[in-house]
Amino acid sequence: MARVVLKLGDDISTDIIYPGRFMATVLPTETPQYAFADFPEFNARLKSGEIPPGSVVVAGKNFGCGSSREQAASTLKGHELVIVAKNFARIFLQNAINLGLKVVVCPEIEAEEGDEVEILPDKVINKTTGKEFKVEPLPKARQAIIDAGGLIPYTRKLLLEKAASRKKA
Amino acid sequence: MGLTMVEKILARATGRKAVRAGEVVEPKVSLAMSHENAALVINQFLEIYKDTGLMPKVWDPDKIAIIFDHRVPAESSKTATNQKKIREFVAAQKIKKFHDIRGDEGGICHQILPENGYILPGTVVVGTDSHTTSHGALGAFSFGIGATEMASVWTLGRVLNVEVPRTIKVVATGKFQRHVLPKDFILYLIGLITAEGANFKVLEYHGPAIEKMDISGRLTVCNMSVEAGATSGIVPPDRETLRYLREEAGVKGRIDIFGPDPEAEYARIVEIDVSDLEPMVACPHTVDNVKPVSKVGKVKVNQIVIGSCTNGRLDDLAVAARILKGKKIARGVRMLVFPASFRIYQQALKLGYIADLVKAGAVVMNPGCGCCLGVHQGALGDGEVALSTTNRNFKGRMGNPKAEVYLCSPAVAAASAITGYITDPRKGGK
Ligand code: SF4
Repeated sequence: MARVVLKLGDDISTDIIYPGRFMATVLPTETPQYAFADFPEFNARLKSGEIPPGSVVVAGKNFGCGSSREQAASTLKGHELVIVAKNFARIFLQNAINLGLKVVVCPEIEAEEGDEVEILPDKVINKTTGKEFKVEPLPKARQAIIDAGGLIPYTRKLLLEKAASRKKA
Repeated sequence: MGLTMVEKILARATGRKAVRAGEVVEPKVSLAMSHENAALVINQFLEIYKDTGLMPKVWDPDKIAIIFDHRVPAESSKTATNQKKIREFVAAQKIKKFHDIRGDEGGICHQILPENGYILPGTVVVGTDSHTTSHGALGAFSFGIGATEMASVWTLGRVLNVEVPRTIKVVATGKFQRHVLPKDFILYLIGLITAEGANFKVLEYHGPAIEKMDISGRLTVCNMSVEAGATSGIVPPDRETLRYLREEAGVKGRIDIFGPDPEAEYARIVEIDVSDLEPMVACPHTVDNVKPVSKVGKVKVNQIVIGSCTNGRLDDLAVAARILKGKKIARGVRMLVFPASFRIYQQALKLGYIADLVKAGAVVMNPGCGCCLGVHQGALGDGEVALSTTNRNFKGRMGNPKAEVYLCSPAVAAASAITGYITDPRKGGK
């Protein structure tokens, strides 16, 4: 069970999640401080540590549209937020999966700030309203990366396989 | 059953006869581009090699391009240090397609790649920048990826787990009116199909209005295809593509020209007659909030920006110079011009465009991304309004969430500079 800590509308761009003026900061260890920097109140709550890992951000359509900046995924991953959106922009979704940020595609989701939700593989249950919403599976092409725990371990495995087969040859 | 452009390209890049939308493939990459975010790519690349006992080595240094453009010259010590680290990596890995901050070969990545002949039709191009869609203008399948994904490409030379996208065919017929430009066409299309209308799909452009468009215009159209959510925009290569590659980009080797099969299967077909198209404006704060300039009302502007990977090419500067020659930019308006590359800057100098713009009151800045992404070189004050030929008007995009950004063509931008409010270039300033 987790609480919805932020509710957003459609077309939330990467400029809102991680403003361009902080793009000189790149390391996943340093990006979390600028999450939603232009929402000073929410940013302050994140930084104060009062929002527990696993808390949920609910958004509308096309979450993460815009830039390919990976900071937008790493900044949310740094706070271990879970993003439940009606759908996601392509590059953001890939970045999220590559970095192991939890994203849930839930086209009908209805939830308000403060609601308690339970996220299951096939549905999201809003415990506050008692309503259930179907979850769409993530792109099947990405499953292997999710299973490996992200793109870095996945690529490392392939790299080692390649090196081993070279040695043999 | 026939194949779309992208299905054909992905078949070639995977060594197969055919691939179909929905299949998962791992295409070989012909060019992998990054800009300053190479700093993060390097970090992730080294992370992949960590504890493997292997020496970190990129798969093919000739196929990697790194261009400094987003924050040039460095706006902070942090950026300068990142750039320094990238230079060291470039030297150690022997990466040759590296464009540093230089007046002879620098510029914005999406201009540097085509003008140096790095992009060939029928190839797979990836870049750690969402506007990598631009290079579809030359008939490549070119799309944006994140930094970790790029690190994986640097390691293996292919993109892992790509789902072959479906394609929307856009057919543009008719003839553009005077002062109506490719930018107006793409803004209109984004307004029509919305900011997520092409999400996970490719926009493939056809029709007489596209065939007549030069590569510069096609770059504008493919550049902004991502603003409709598209994975990529693509124009089937033709004589104009060949002309550009041979004459402007200096490509000497083999060039493959092919189009989609006539019976290719599309997700959707969108037809647009451009003959009645007006100059268009994308209003704050989404790119699909598009209106004809006549419906925008009287909007006073504080800053006008001409440039970026969308509209910073020679023809864009020519349009602006023609409108502003001998005129004055309205008091209270500041106009910033960022040519897309130093090659363009030098050409514009020679042709007198720079002088025309400066005499009118414009400030011509060094080629690069400039204020497009809100880091430096032209921030907006609270409540101020910018009118810009760039490609995004998201809240905060130009560095201030309390400001507003409108997007338009260079003709609208230049006409508006004279009056001080958003103006239809067909009516002229004043
Ligand atoms: S000019 Fe703007 S949109 Fe183009 S690459 Fe630079 S920051 Fe991105």
